[in-house]
Amino acid sequence: MAANPNAAPAPPSDRTNHGMRVVVAWLVLSAVATPLVAVFVGHLIPPGNGSSQGTEQVFDNTLMLTVITPILCLLAVFFVYGLRSFHASSSGAVLDGPPLRGDSQIQILWIVGTSVIVLFLAGFGTFELLQNGAGGGQGPDPIAVPGGQKMQVQVIGQQWQFTYRYPSLGGIESNQLVLPADTDVELHVTSLDVIHSFWAYELGVKADANPGVDNVAYVKTKSPQVFHVRCAELCGLWHGYMYNNGRVVDSAQFHSWASQQEKLYAAIKPFMDKPEADGGAPFGHTYLPAPERRAG
Amino acid sequence: MTDAAVAPSPPLWRRLLGFNLLTGVVLGIGGWYVGWFGAHSIVGPSLDYFGDIDYNELSVYLAYIGGIVGFLVGLGFFNYPFARLRGYPPSLREKETGGWTRYFSLCTDHKVVGIQYLWGIGLFFFIGGLNAMLIRTELLRPHHQVFPAGTYLTLVGMHGTMMMGMMSSGILGPFANYLIPIMIGARRMAFPRIEALTFWLLMAAGAILTTTIFFGGFPTGWTGYAPLSNEGNPGMDNYILFFALVGISMTLLGLNMIATIVTMRAPGLTWTRLPIFAWGVLSTAVLMVLAAPVLVAVLAMEALDRTAQTTFFVAAAGGSNYLYENLFWVFGHPEVYILALPGFAIVLELLPVFSRKPLWGYRLAVGGLLGVSLLSWFVWQHHLFVSGINGDLRPFYMLSTELISIPTGFTFLCGMMTLWRGSIRFTVPMLFCLAWFFNFLLGGLSGVFLSDVPSDVTTHGSFFSMAHFHYTIMGGLVFTFFAAIYYWVPKMTGWELNERLGKIHFWTMFVFFNSTFAPLFAIGFLGQPRRAVTYASGLQFLNDWVSVSAFCLGISMLIFLFNLVWSLGFVKKPAEANPWGSRSIEFQLPSPVPVHNFDRIPVFSSDPYGYGEGPPPSWVPAGAPAGRD
Repeated sequence: MAANPNAAPAPPSDRTNHGMRVVVAWLVLSAVATPLVAVFVGHLIPPGNGSSQGTEQVFDNTLMLTVITPILCLLAVFFVYGLRSFHASSSGAVLDGPPLRGDSQIQILWIVGTSVIVLFLAGFGTFELLQNGAGGGQGPDPIAVPGGQKMQVQVIGQQWQFTYRYPSLGGIESNQLVLPADTDVELHVTSLDVIHSFWAYELGVKADANPGVDNVAYVKTKSPQVFHVRCAELCGLWHGYMYNNGRVVDSAQFHSWASQQEKLYAAIKPFMDKPEADGGAPFGHTYLPAPERRAG
Repeated sequence: MTDAAVAPSPPLWRRLLGFNLLTGVVLGIGGWYVGWFGAHSIVGPSLDYFGDIDYNELSVYLAYIGGIVGFLVGLGFFNYPFARLRGYPPSLREKETGGWTRYFSLCTDHKVVGIQYLWGIGLFFFIGGLNAMLIRTELLRPHHQVFPAGTYLTLVGMHGTMMMGMMSSGILGPFANYLIPIMIGARRMAFPRIEALTFWLLMAAGAILTTTIFFGGFPTGWTGYAPLSNEGNPGMDNYILFFALVGISMTLLGLNMIATIVTMRAPGLTWTRLPIFAWGVLSTAVLMVLAAPVLVAVLAMEALDRTAQTTFFVAAAGGSNYLYENLFWVFGHPEVYILALPGFAIVLELLPVFSRKPLWGYRLAVGGLLGVSLLSWFVWQHHLFVSGINGDLRPFYMLSTELISIPTGFTFLCGMMTLWRGSIRFTVPMLFCLAWFFNFLLGGLSGVFLSDVPSDVTTHGSFFSMAHFHYTIMGGLVFTFFAAIYYWVPKMTGWELNERLGKIHFWTMFVFFNSTFAPLFAIGFLGQPRRAVTYASGLQFLNDWVSVSAFCLGISMLIFLFNLVWSLGFVKKPAEANPWGSRSIEFQLPSPVPVHNFDRIPVFSSDPYGYGEGPPPSWVPAGAPAGRD
């Protein structure tokens, strides 16, 4: 078992061109695996085709999976080949390997290769991000704003539910998110107490709800569907129960839903419209957690 | 373990009365009650804003601070400063001989501290692992609750906090403390008492975090986000005190390592001859010294928010939760490289030994370690891509995060080319190092998805990111932690570990680690958020699979524990001085290493990786300096 540290002449020179074998095997494997991954695995990746942003994320995920497939192939080929070819004989003295201490060509090739991949991914990610914000929360001053008409919806997180307010529909509120199909929506996410994170999974939207902050995210809905909303930032005791579903409905259904909500809402509207200083409804930035609301 | 020339020792009861762990615990408990009732007598009921709960935050803080002071007094940390004040001459060493009681006392022998760290961190590693088992028990069913929701959050928080806090020193504590002085040809660390202090502070911290369960636990997970932490039970204060103590311990540990490696290298040990492990320790130590104080600062602000009603993180009163998130991740991202870099270093240190080849591309490997160490300062806001903070800086953080894979790739290249055409021996430590490549590759490539903003929108805060960092930290750090144990513990204790049990441990751990965490990538992609006590019913099969695998992973850890206890406690087969045929200097010393390491300070004329380059030059030439202390 123990090898002599002082020992060991180098083994007889091995003339096999191991490097060429690995490179060829890698190229063949990558050439086969990469298109297969791109075509068959990529589109299975969530969040799916529920919104423009979701479609974009699926494309991003597919592209990255395609880029990392050759890297996985290289490592797989290297280790399968290397560990089979270069192990010490199970019996007899352990010989030293050849004293290779570096090769500047391989180093430069590696550095250039990894740099190209990294710069490509960062450039591509930036390009995709600037298209329409990719569904992520961008803060009060968004940098990636889709053009055209947008319907505004305010998402208000609190322990432990989300409330949705529709300014363009007279400020009505709902505890279920209902959106019209094929519409650009501008979500303004905020919180009344601690940090929450509004995550509409099928729509590819995630934006943290911070107290006193207006976090803007964009989503362009597609065809009618039911989607799931979960809180994605630990927000205290009942964080695990802070979920609901939402609906994307067609235009006619949306308008009938809205007028129904308006009737329900009429009773409290005067109170909601009153300015806060005159005893109106409290809004985000005046809320302080009271001791009896403590979580844990 | 025992020293030949020990004076006849006094009876046991007499030794128990001195400054040692027992006295420390007794005085610590005493100090705790002094602080507790002291705070009550100062503030009375007037600040008791919990209403029906009869304690306040101040009493929790003062109790634990009193406890820490009592603990350190009992261990004897104040003896030397007071002796100096009273005019006694300076000395460097305390309690370095005297059998097993050294291990339960303030001891300045770096080898004793290393072994103390190994067992101490191991203890809390197993407590953290037990928490993980309970988490997975809860997640066996989507909606049926085994634990109350608050208990579940406390388990999640304790698991994360314990692992992060303790394993930050997981390699530097046991192995760097033990090996760095030997590897650089010194007889001690630069600051031996501070070295001991870092260990005992960490143990006090572990006790504080464990006792959070008596104060209602804490709801925030390991990140402790404000303003949720402002609402938490008094158990939140245990979290704050734990992480602040860990931060102080890490800062001192890093400072000590830097001072030792920079100033105490033996003659001839130039920077290009330094073992790569020492480079890894150095780059980690720099991160510790610069990052951990930020953690202590942000936790001090949080403690003030909770006790003195300041409003650093309360938006309604002019504060901002972004301040907490920024400061926490300024510490937090270097922190994950504090966890990962020692793993890189151990892999690069062990591969030459087990493939009988020199380390390929030494300078590139060093550049990789330092490059990661530098770049890790510029990536922290990738934890906040969807938080709404600095929306226009996201492309920059996307770029910097992806850039960090370039120096990480250097470690892969150097490791793989060291294996290339080598004479590989599949020993237990080598298996753990090879598994590192597999795990860290998956961890790193999944990180690409998280670093890309559009992809991160789906994966952020989901089980995908949880799987990602378990692949990098458990697959990267914990696997190399075990590699280091199997590689160096025979040297540290003088007894062999059972190789067959080691291989069973490796294969069960490798298989069940992947079986546990690989499905979590899918679970995260399918929309299960982290730290949530419920999940969609359709994900039950995958979650059950993960839970059962996690239990098997736990059994694998028990196999390791059995191996450790069996081999070191019962079989006690003496280890050879150099069981692996290593050219590294620690294996040229007898096992276990004598108290003063070297009779004469060695003189280095090459790095320790000259396999296949002829016999190693003698590292103690005739007439080498005897060296002092």
